[in-house]
Amino acid sequence: MKNKLKVLRAERDMTQADLADSLMVSRQTINAIEKGKFDPSLPLAFKISKLFELPIEQIFDDSEID
Amino acid sequence: MAFATFGPKFLWELNTTWSMLAILLNTALGAGMIWANIKHISVLDELQQKIQLDAMGIALGVGIVGGLSYSTMDNANVISGDAEIGFLVILISVSYMIALVVGKKRYA
Repeated sequence: MKNKLKVLRAERDMTQADLADSLMVSRQTINAIEKGKFDPSLPLAFKISKLFELPIEQIFDDSEID
Repeated sequence: MAFATFGPKFLWELNTTWSMLAILLNTALGAGMIWANIKHISVLDELQQKIQLDAMGIALGVGIVGGLSYSTMDNANVISGDAEIGFLVILISVSYMIALVVGKKRYA
């Protein structure tokens, strides 16, 4: 699934490690989500949504889902 | 493991009580290892848990298929000597480690 995580992180001048610490996940997980290799669970997606103060649909692009 | 395996022969001369105690101790240590592994997996994040689960699934599949094939080869006398459980343990361990490395690289 495509997402704006990398852009949102860059706008806030955060490294992958900073974001990983904020969300209590590994840096590898953040990297995999940004590259679209791994889709986060709903609880993690809500955590990301709360952290960036944006609705989930503005972070994740669900256009590939039928 | 070595204590329970070699003890009866070299330490207590095939005394059944001591052998049973050694096997019970070995089993308790094994149960502790399983508990520690569960604790370890529970503190991992969701991607790491997925990598672990995939690796365990592959190791289980390889273990069942490889183990049954190995046992069949023994029954059919394709291999010389009896099938040893140690080979199955090695096969599962190696396939689990390879699957872990592949999983880590896939999400890198």
